[in-house]
Amino acid sequence: MIHARGLTKTFGDVEAVRGIDLDVSAGEIVGLLGPNGAGKTTTMRMLTTLLRPTSGTAAVAGCDLLADPADVRRHIGYVAQGGMIGPFSPVGEELELQARLYGMRRTEAGERVTRLLAELDLSGVERRIAASLSGGQKRRLDIAMGLLHRPDLLFLDEPTTGLDPQSRADLWERVRRRREQDGLTVFLTTHYLEEADALCDRVLIVDHGRIVASGTPRELKSAYGAATLDDVFLSVTGREPREGAAA
Amino acid sequence: MTTLTGPTTAHTLAALIGYHLRGTLKNRFAIVFGAVQPFLYLVLFGPLFDRSGVGSWAVLVPGLLVQLGLMSAGMVGFTIVFDQRFGVLERLRVTPASRVALLLGRVFKDGLVLLVQAVVIIAAGFFLGLRAPLPGVLLGLLLMVVLSVGMASLSYAAALTIKQELFAPVMSTVAIPLMLLSGALLPMSLAPAWLDVVSRLTPFRYAVEALRALFAGAYASPDVLWGVLVTSAFVVIAVAMGTRIFQRENS
Ligand SMILES: Nc1ncnc2c1ncn2[C@@H]1O[C@H](COP(=O)(O)OP(=O)(O)OP(=O)(O)O)[C@@H](O)[C@H]1O
Ligand SMILES: [Mg+2]
Repeated sequence: MIHARGLTKTFGDVEAVRGIDLDVSAGEIVGLLGPNGAGKTTTMRMLTTLLRPTSGTAAVAGCDLLADPADVRRHIGYVAQGGMIGPFSPVGEELELQARLYGMRRTEAGERVTRLLAELDLSGVERRIAASLSGGQKRRLDIAMGLLHRPDLLFLDEPTTGLDPQSRADLWERVRRRREQDGLTVFLTTHYLEEADALCDRVLIVDHGRIVASGTPRELKSAYGAATLDDVFLSVTGREPREGAAA
Repeated sequence: MTTLTGPTTAHTLAALIGYHLRGTLKNRFAIVFGAVQPFLYLVLFGPLFDRSGVGSWAVLVPGLLVQLGLMSAGMVGFTIVFDQRFGVLERLRVTPASRVALLLGRVFKDGLVLLVQAVVIIAAGFFLGLRAPLPGVLLGLLLMVVLSVGMASLSYAAALTIKQELFAPVMSTVAIPLMLLSGALLPMSLAPAWLDVVSRLTPFRYAVEALRALFAGAYASPDVLWGVLVTSAFVVIAVAMGTRIFQRENS
């Protein structure tokens, strides 16, 4: 589903990503972990066609990232770290636009929006503006945006930051169910490593723009003789994983 | 990338125009406010102009319409800064919508809003004594909307390119001389030779003169031809530049 080789991104004199190779198969849930500024968001923005890599190549959802960004976009969903909903328009309008941009007719879009909001426990918010929602409701709405068009591959950049434990558990439950039912592939970042441990088939740890460790959570723990992914993270990056969680 | 004629692009454009239009309509104050300046010129300056011997209402009103197109459309870029800050722009940019549709959805909405404002100005003009043939007025409106679409594209391009705090000063520093040089307020036939030459180097002069010719019923005049040519070239270049910025954000 994702095959990237030698991805790099330089902003001025900041080398945000310094050569990342990664492969994600269809139906996998893969977590990208790393301290603040490691290059996680930059990597995601490259893979979602938002940023042109300084060098390197990638195929995403079977389409070439550079030659065919429009086809990549048709297959992916993206939930950005900073949210993606304007504060002052009714939530229903934002969702309907999103659905229609993926080719749904107006009635189909309306039905889909209603169903998805119900699924995410957000029924009845359609006419409210995002500014009037709680942080957690807003985040669930961002996630609804990413799932609206039933993508094959979903990118989630810190999806659970700001959610209470119950909403986080619900979200993971939903992600797992999508994977089982529709074969959804998920590429996500998080600073909650116990989540990554429980949810991800595989994790990649990045630091200073490079992958410094990768494998299944179990492999990593045994390779580093650690009890938890937190300990693996600490020995690989020299930093506590939770430093970033507040951000 | 999809072409402009494909059904998906039409569907995408319709969705985007509707979305942006609803957003704008929520702020009716801004729509009214956008037309206030030319309206004041019309009411407080128009009667003087009409008696000055320079020209009648049919000379002034076309100028005010171009002024409206230039100044109002020049400032629309403001709105995209918010969309950028709240992640709406990125969200739209990961959808399959073509980049040109992302721009056109915005500028067509702006064109529609300006059309409504222009109709109000013209109606007020008629009330004050403007007399012009209907076909000329309609063609003039069309030309003015095309001009505004181009100006709006440049405004979005500028807003995505220059620093946010510089946007307003830069746009007014550019738009005001262009407006003065277009002869929108007083015809350039009054200008000294050097000013006339400088004015001919700016695109909006041709739009102003074409609008005046249309309002005078001189549909087949060279002024109209030049206005249409220059304005068409302007809009094509401006939309191409705007689209490139939407794409380049991509790099
Ligand atoms: N648009 C940009 N312009 C300049 N520098 C940038 C830009 N985006 C990211 N950077 C820099 O690139 C580096 C990597 O940033 P990135 O956002 O990818 O980190 P991250 O791993 O997502 O961090 P966090 O956990 O805080 O979200 C940082 O040093 C950041 O300052
Ligand atoms: Mg990040």
